[in-house]
Amino acid sequence: MPNFFTDNKDIVFQLENMDLEYISELIEDNYKDADKFDYAPGDYSEAKDNYKKVLEIIGDLAGNIIAPLAAEVDEEGAHFKDGVVTYAKGTQEAMKRLSQADMMGFTLPRKYGGLNMPMTIYTMSIEMVSRADASLMNLYGLQDIGETINKFANDEQKDEFLPQFSAGKATGAMVLTEPDAGSDLQAVNLKAYQDEDGNWKLNGVKRFITNGSGDILLVLARSEPGTIDGRGLSMFVCYGDDTVIVRRIENKLGIHGSPTCELQFNDTPCQLIGQRKLGLIKYVMDLMNGARLGVSAQAMGISQAAYEEALSYAKAREQFGKAIIEIPAVQNLLIDMRTTLESNRSLLYATARAVDLRDKLIERIEHLKADGKPAIEEMALQKKYNRIAALLTPMCKFILTESANEITYDSLQIHGGTGYMKEFNVERLARDARITNIYEGTSQLQVVAAIGGVVNDLYSEMFDEYESKNYEGQIADLVNHLKEIRSIYKKCLSFVQEKNDKTFKDAASKDLVEMYSYLITGYLLIDEAGKENRKIHIAKRYILRSLAACKQNSEAISLEIYSDLQNADEIIDI
Amino acid sequence: MTYNSIVLVKQVPDTANISGDVMKPDGTVNRAKLPAIFNPEDKVALELALQVKDQYGGKVTAVTMGPPKAAELLKECLYMGADDVILVTDRQFAGADTLATSYVLSKVIDKIGNYDMIFAGRQAIDGDTAQVGPQTAEKLKLPQITYTEKILELNDDSIKVQRLIDGGCEVLVSKLPVLLTVVKEASVPRPFRAKRVMAYKNFIPQQLTTEDLDVDLERCGLPGSPTKVHKIESVVLSAGDHVSIEPTKEGLGLLIDTLMNDHIFG
Repeated sequence: MPNFFTDNKDIVFQLENMDLEYISELIEDNYKDADKFDYAPGDYSEAKDNYKKVLEIIGDLAGNIIAPLAAEVDEEGAHFKDGVVTYAKGTQEAMKRLSQADMMGFTLPRKYGGLNMPMTIYTMSIEMVSRADASLMNLYGLQDIGETINKFANDEQKDEFLPQFSAGKATGAMVLTEPDAGSDLQAVNLKAYQDEDGNWKLNGVKRFITNGSGDILLVLARSEPGTIDGRGLSMFVCYGDDTVIVRRIENKLGIHGSPTCELQFNDTPCQLIGQRKLGLIKYVMDLMNGARLGVSAQAMGISQAAYEEALSYAKAREQFGKAIIEIPAVQNLLIDMRTTLESNRSLLYATARAVDLRDKLIERIEHLKADGKPAIEEMALQKKYNRIAALLTPMCKFILTESANEITYDSLQIHGGTGYMKEFNVERLARDARITNIYEGTSQLQVVAAIGGVVNDLYSEMFDEYESKNYEGQIADLVNHLKEIRSIYKKCLSFVQEKNDKTFKDAASKDLVEMYSYLITGYLLIDEAGKENRKIHIAKRYILRSLAACKQNSEAISLEIYSDLQNADEIIDI
Repeated sequence: MTYNSIVLVKQVPDTANISGDVMKPDGTVNRAKLPAIFNPEDKVALELALQVKDQYGGKVTAVTMGPPKAAELLKECLYMGADDVILVTDRQFAGADTLATSYVLSKVIDKIGNYDMIFAGRQAIDGDTAQVGPQTAEKLKLPQITYTEKILELNDDSIKVQRLIDGGCEVLVSKLPVLLTVVKEASVPRPFRAKRVMAYKNFIPQQLTTEDLDVDLERCGLPGSPTKVHKIESVVLSAGDHVSIEPTKEGLGLLIDTLMNDHIFG
């Protein structure tokens, strides 16, 4: 009877040590719902208890219902016949159970049937669902669509669509990508037009749409004829009715339970969400950022599952007369994996908290303004978390999804030849992990999104504050190492900036973002090491490893390895 | 037509997850080390009752007899969707065997009244007697269908049920009200509903004691329990050869002779 919440000491540690009081107060708007809904908390201690209770439920579902179905779901995959998409049996069962447990309106307000949970708690739930079955996350994690409608649609639209999500009656899809508009969504070409009566309709083709066969579709379309960039795009919502034809589903390397559809819209009736022309610039960016956090949690869950598989295999497998876990090379891999897991989890939940604060402060500011009250402090705080979330979201996705590939790789390595066989879960995990650093923006694009905050040294004041504190013993040594990393980062940044070569800077961005992530994560671990002795080991391995990696990043920059990009045409036969 | 159900549930030690320190050095069980869980087949019984409610409407009332901490079990019933829960608890009910338990439960059911179906798990994983359901039906003078795996039809005054038997199934029709004992194959219990968990986590269930019930104290608890445990021993049964016996008079005679020779009969 594994419960993926209670059996995971680190996620429990994260929840217990996380200060959610302000977020909870913001999201509950001073606990006003307590009078209206029997399941709304009356204060923070009750709210925090609710978070734990909800995580126990999803942990139970993940461990006992979803995980046992994952191998079958992978084997069976989603079906496509006569234009109709059907989920694998295990996916259907899992979705039914998630709905029964009230999990499909996780973050939506209670008036729409939701649980009104913070994004941070939702992110924890995504981690657990993904540990059980990464492909199910692509359906479970699409709750971001409801969240986007909640943020930007009008009240009528919210009343129409949101209760359907909460009740588990409808699944959604983010319909963005087209054959010629993948990473570059500015090139989206699907046409939105108004008929004589002024009703909006959609025409065109979309590709690689996760759960495109879903009931409610959020579609990015060109509403301004004659435009060619992102400023001509608007966001629409429509039903996946008969006018939306699923042309095919993709045959993929992994996440087989999640149908990836090619869609054809034939004069599909739709409604405009929010304002025209803000489709990509505002709404899709928000939707994508939510999805990036979700995919980070998905990568986290896959990593946890791969680690568990490696650990139990290493304990059970005997070679040379002993369990292979006693072999230093294997132990070292496991320590590295565990360190990555725990440090990534710290980064993930720091990111989720920043996202919560950014979004919930917007709501608070709106309420204060409506009541004619000043909101100066809130606005300053919102601005701060807006910047932090804009840095952490892509950084976290970059780091966690690349790690998921490394951890599944190492887990398979620990399994030896056995891990290459279909009978073992790690084979599936390695395939499932591979999409996480591609979709919702490749790692390369995450680096582009994060580099601004890194170049502007967004955490400068926070690092100064950390450095000015008094530390003792091992923690003081570790902080000294972080100071060294910071000084290397500063040197590298100056070097790149002084060089004033855009191509070089683009190539070096990855190193700079990595270096900055060592600092942010390193200090998160310093905080944790102050709370639990065991965490000192994690902080130590992480920070020493980061120092070594940082020196490598630094060498790559100072040796000007990337200068040969100017000879690219000769080297790679352009 | 709506149907009201009463579900008999029991909190039991989690015999499937026994850790090393459960057994005390003197060979007795350290109950504090045994986590208490929802008896698995009772949970399936509740699931069937909730399915009837989902389909036809009506009310589901869960009842348990046990110590005050069994209130936790009743909260779990609420988390799954039960409308009402009753905790039957009194020191004078302690030490009850199946006879005394079913006596008290029948009195509780009489008090609740207005029911169409009573659901219970086939058996609990601690005592494994499978007697409480049938004995309760007998005391209430109700028809009973044991080993229920599927409700096939529900009509105004009757029910058609598929019951699990060795090598197949049997379909029975009964008048309502009826008592059904349910096997684990019948369904997978639904998860707890998050909203209900948050709403009911501090709920205190209604309690019934000897004072609330029209019971003869001589028939309750230890005084009302003729079963005396003489000795407990662990017997490991292993299957030997498979013997086929013809369904004829001679075959049956041979079977009875064999069983008598083995001291299983007689």
